[in-house]
Amino acid sequence: MRLGLIINPLAGIGGPVGLKGSDGVEIQRLALKLGAEPQSPQRAKRALETLLPLKGKLQLFTPPGVMGQEVACKAGFEPVPIGSLPHGPTTAEDTIRLAQELFEVGIDLLLFAGGDGTARDMCTAVGTRLPVLGIPAGVKIYSAVFATHPRTAGEVAATFLNRLSGSGSTGEAVSLREAEVVDLDEDSYRAGTVSVKLWGYLLIPFMAHRIQNRKAPSPLTEAASLEAIAAAVIESMPPGWLYVLGPGTTTQAIARRLGFSKTLVGVDVYRRDEVVDLDVGERRLWELTQNYPTKIVVSPLGGQGFLFGRGNQPIGARVIQKVGRENILVVSTVEKLNALRGEPLLVDTGDPATDSLLKGYLPVITGYRERIIYPVKPTSELYNTYEKE
Amino acid sequence: MPHRMKPVVYPYIPNSVPSVKEAMLKAVRVKSVDEFYADIPESIRFKGRLHLPEPLLSEADLVRHIEGLLAKNTGAREALSFLGAGCYQHHVPAVCDEINSRGEFLTAYAGDPYEDHGRFQALFEYQSMMGELLNMDVVNVPTYDGFQAAATALLMAQRITKRSEALLCGTIGKDKLSKIQGYVRPYLQLQLLGYSPVTGLMDLDELKQSISDQTAVVFFENPSYLGFLETRAAEIAQIAHENGALCVVSVDPISLGVISPPADYGGDIACGDIQPLGIHMEYGGGHGGFIATRDDPEFVMEFPSRLFGISPTIVEGEYGFGDVAYERTSFALREEGKEWVGTAAALWGITAGVYLALMGPQGMIDIGKGIMQRVEYAIRQLSKIPGVALRFEGIHFKEFVLDFNQTGQSVTAIHQRLLQKGIFGGVDLSAEFPELGQCALYTVTEIHNRADIDRLADSLQEVLL
Amino acid sequence: MKPIARKPIPRRFHQARWDEPIIFELSQPGARGILVPEVDTTIEEEVGDVEQKIPQNMRRETPPALPEMAQIHVLRHYMRLSQETLGVDLNIDVGQGTCTMKYSPKVNDQLTRSPKMADLHPLQDESTVQGILEVMWRLEQFLKEISGMDRFTLQPPAGSAAIYTNVAMVQAYHESRREGQQRDEVITTIFSHPSNAACAKVAGYRVVTLYPGPQGYPSLEALKAAVSERTAALFITNPEDTGIFNPQIEEFVKVVHNAGGLCAYDQANANGILGITRARDAGFDLCHFNLHKTFSTPHGCGGPGAGACGVTTALAPFLPRPTVEFDGKKYFLNDDLPYSIGKIRPWYGVAQNILKAYAWIMSLGADGLREVAEIAVLNNNYLLNKVLEIQGVSLPYPEGKRRIEQVRYSWEKLTNETGVHSEDIETRVADFGTHYWTSHHPYVVPEPMTLEPTESYSQADLDEYAAILRQIAQEAYTNPELVLTAPHNSTVHRTVHEPFDDPEQWAITWRAYKRKTAARDHTSGA
Repeated sequence: MRLGLIINPLAGIGGPVGLKGSDGVEIQRLALKLGAEPQSPQRAKRALETLLPLKGKLQLFTPPGVMGQEVACKAGFEPVPIGSLPHGPTTAEDTIRLAQELFEVGIDLLLFAGGDGTARDMCTAVGTRLPVLGIPAGVKIYSAVFATHPRTAGEVAATFLNRLSGSGSTGEAVSLREAEVVDLDEDSYRAGTVSVKLWGYLLIPFMAHRIQNRKAPSPLTEAASLEAIAAAVIESMPPGWLYVLGPGTTTQAIARRLGFSKTLVGVDVYRRDEVVDLDVGERRLWELTQNYPTKIVVSPLGGQGFLFGRGNQPIGARVIQKVGRENILVVSTVEKLNALRGEPLLVDTGDPATDSLLKGYLPVITGYRERIIYPVKPTSELYNTYEKE
Repeated sequence: MPHRMKPVVYPYIPNSVPSVKEAMLKAVRVKSVDEFYADIPESIRFKGRLHLPEPLLSEADLVRHIEGLLAKNTGAREALSFLGAGCYQHHVPAVCDEINSRGEFLTAYAGDPYEDHGRFQALFEYQSMMGELLNMDVVNVPTYDGFQAAATALLMAQRITKRSEALLCGTIGKDKLSKIQGYVRPYLQLQLLGYSPVTGLMDLDELKQSISDQTAVVFFENPSYLGFLETRAAEIAQIAHENGALCVVSVDPISLGVISPPADYGGDIACGDIQPLGIHMEYGGGHGGFIATRDDPEFVMEFPSRLFGISPTIVEGEYGFGDVAYERTSFALREEGKEWVGTAAALWGITAGVYLALMGPQGMIDIGKGIMQRVEYAIRQLSKIPGVALRFEGIHFKEFVLDFNQTGQSVTAIHQRLLQKGIFGGVDLSAEFPELGQCALYTVTEIHNRADIDRLADSLQEVLL
Repeated sequence: MKPIARKPIPRRFHQARWDEPIIFELSQPGARGILVPEVDTTIEEEVGDVEQKIPQNMRRETPPALPEMAQIHVLRHYMRLSQETLGVDLNIDVGQGTCTMKYSPKVNDQLTRSPKMADLHPLQDESTVQGILEVMWRLEQFLKEISGMDRFTLQPPAGSAAIYTNVAMVQAYHESRREGQQRDEVITTIFSHPSNAACAKVAGYRVVTLYPGPQGYPSLEALKAAVSERTAALFITNPEDTGIFNPQIEEFVKVVHNAGGLCAYDQANANGILGITRARDAGFDLCHFNLHKTFSTPHGCGGPGAGACGVTTALAPFLPRPTVEFDGKKYFLNDDLPYSIGKIRPWYGVAQNILKAYAWIMSLGADGLREVAEIAVLNNNYLLNKVLEIQGVSLPYPEGKRRIEQVRYSWEKLTNETGVHSEDIETRVADFGTHYWTSHHPYVVPEPMTLEPTESYSQADLDEYAAILRQIAQEAYTNPELVLTAPHNSTVHRTVHEPFDDPEQWAITWRAYKRKTAARDHTSGA
């Protein structure tokens, strides 16, 4: 078993916005506002401790010093150091480079400790070429690529590695799925709220439930659920209408079922039997919606359930207003909705009137003939309390 | 009715002892339980007392009351019964009753394969023994009954083939048909095929004409609801397969010691009811359904029922159990989910397993042979009675249709007179199959001996004079 | 002699471990477990070998490979398996939340073993079954009174089938008013039994599910967003599996009625509200009960159970056929129901369970049923207090939200602090001789545990169960390995799960197991 570990010691301090020219004090304030203290080394250690029973069979590869080796040793491992640290403070470029080196060494799984920024770095470094899993570092996280808790990260990693090596597993079944990595929008941040856009995907291991739900019909696998959702959306596509598919794995499944490709992070436009335009910008989308009846299909992004964001995102306020609430289809698997823990889906279009249009309850398509009625809130309402503090 | 003022301590409610109740109310810091109902609005609070009979608080009084009611029933073994039509009087071995009255099996429910290991093993063994009977590798934990098994088998075929039409044998019982019709309505269009008035067998010409590339499944029963064997079963299966349809056959499990299971003549899904296997008739409460297929993921994934599988544990030499294919991986348009799973008939599954283990291969052969011999004898004796004839030519298993049309009398009248002689005549088919006129379905099993059959023949002869 | 040390709580349980082979492994060729009555020799002589008349391709030439065992060995094998199973009779079964694991009185089981119940054929002349027909009719009257509904059917074989029956009647109702096409949606909640959604789907409906709001039940606003002219019905449980009673239930019913939909009350959770509130009073059009939950009939390892569906007069024409009627003199079955949805199952119901439920109600009466409900609620809240004293456990939904007869807890705190999951606790309780249930999927409450004491357990029983949980929680904090590698005192140890999901390995029958493992043996040379 070959496990890689990389730690971003600045996770949290760097903030979800990134280090590009932001005022350190502002970042600190935002970090506090988002309610977190950076603790990535400690949390990484807790995750590793869960893996100690596998120590004998496991080779642990990690960058030297603060980016891995220190923590690994403290946790009781004898890691193989890979790569070298720069002189001076580490940057995103270093994280990316070291992750690439770990990938090149040849590992089964890469664990990383950090926040959304680190997740983006992993994305840049390895994409979906390697299973990756995030150990939450203590900041609020918007990407969907993290375990719920450091221990869980260790557990999932252990189960995944056990399964790979074929040793009789008494644990859960583990599967891999693509999960979203997001970027926070700078304009929202400046306005004091948060909204996200899709940055890319990572391939993460996750555990299906083992102890059976004795009283329910057998659930479909995640893949089958996505098929069901895609079928439901496609079946309702009237000929001639435009379908604007936002980014995400669920909308990807729709495009795939139609037989078309979809851009990784962009907004793409289709009709039932043709690709109309790929990776459109706001202006192009506005043009299209002026001329044709349109439905917008979006799925909650990341781990916090963002539906619409602001800034230069293509599906902007005026497009939403034109299309109308009744022509907005939200799609999601039940598991993803459930991971929101009852918290509402979030919108932040930048235009309060449009946000109001969307708020309340929206139906979310979760299967072939299944919908869940779910609450939607503008982020401004959510973060009001923070402003007041 | 006087309202009981003195607090009763109920034997079934340990904490109804007043001092205990007091202590517990104190422990949860409320004056009365009513405080826990505070969320229930006044407008829907039931005021007063339910109008129910005064209770029989002593067990002796209860027994007396119930036995008084039961005394108004006549059990089939107190008479001489030839009733069948889906519910059967076979001998129920004492060991079957012993095992399904065991408190552990009777009162367990949905625990894990650790603390309920015995339950899992017993049901796995049931699945396995049925697998041997049916010559198939996959058998479900029992569903409600044979009607449900047939309906689900049809929908499984629909999901696998993704087609929308089903062809059914015309001799299917009307109750089973009613259940199927209701259940499959959103998914399958049903067509009943004609049958030969002479043999009862499925009209193969009509089958060939009716089958198309929209046919998901051809369904028939073997033996038929009307008792004869569908002897051209292999042909029917072949026609189905040639057209890309699946073949579903509903069978009587107690016949499978002498009659081949569907797997041996081209059946893709076998289904039926386990009531004949060591389960009392219970006025219709003793049913359990089985569905069996080959070990092909395409089929396995379509079962709504639980499928228990065997597996090692972390200790060498131990048998572990759990659910196979818990997550179903298939999805097909026009179908959503795999029906449902719920409390069904597990205890009967365990009972059927006990039965099959007691009987063993030779027992199943003996019982099948013996039943068919008795039926042949009965048919001969009864056909000798003037006006009475065997309706369908051909080979029967344990039931056969007697035609009374030539007697000029109704089955109702005939059977009323038999009843006065302490005989329950066969099931009246005149309403269910009007095309047959005054006919009745007679059932003979291993519990009937020669004297019984002779008595029936003599009595019929008398009442028909 | 000095006194023997007292028994500790939790007790030092060990499950029976017989190391019992699979029954096929006990086979002794030639052995017989029971002999079948032989055919009279004169019949044998007269008719000969009838089975030779079976066409070749349908005649079974190879005997079925069933085990061959002497009678005592069959008995012993199953007795051992029985010992390796825990029923209500044996354990403090408060851990199987929503299942209502109450005491099934033995007298009722004994009474139903009478040949005057067990040996009745459903097509016997009605004059010979007046007793059981009277019982069925009377139970219907009881359930009408308990629920306030106008008519009942006892035909469904269990709870999910009863839900399906209600779905079918809803469908028939709308079709009779020519609104069948238009009304193609059923609304339910995520905390309702999954069969509410599943049965609706089987019947062809689209399903709209409501999530609970911060109060623990869906908001009226959410319902209003779900209701439309396409709504056929709302299928809802109250209290739901959290144990929380939705106080807006009347408003819910009104909203659905205003849109022309029907309301069906899943009363699987009726045990805490018998005589307290009734389906009819909240305006429901249909309801169903599980006789094997609220009304004490035994669970049988998973059936046979029995279900009962209640309807208003408007829906009575659609009841499954036949109904049981009484003309003042005799009881009879009425099949003349032109609008009936037909058959849900063979015959009229799980009659022996109908008899047990009847007897149970007769032994308690109105005051007894009230006591059942009140003690069930008192027991639940008593246990709630004890459980909340345990480190790592919490109660979801707002402070002060009352619970009726069951509670869904969360172990999330303990999991975050120790890495032990609810499902691990579930496995560890086997070492103490009892059960435990988490929740339906998906887990809306994280790391859930759902407990339902019912009225059948004493204060001491509840103390003991709480002590078990406390012990395991403590182990989670001080010695998590013990919990994570449980069970240790059960019949077997942790199952290896891989084979269950792999078509190459899974074995649903012994013959499949032999076939697939023989191949492995052969290739590995073992």
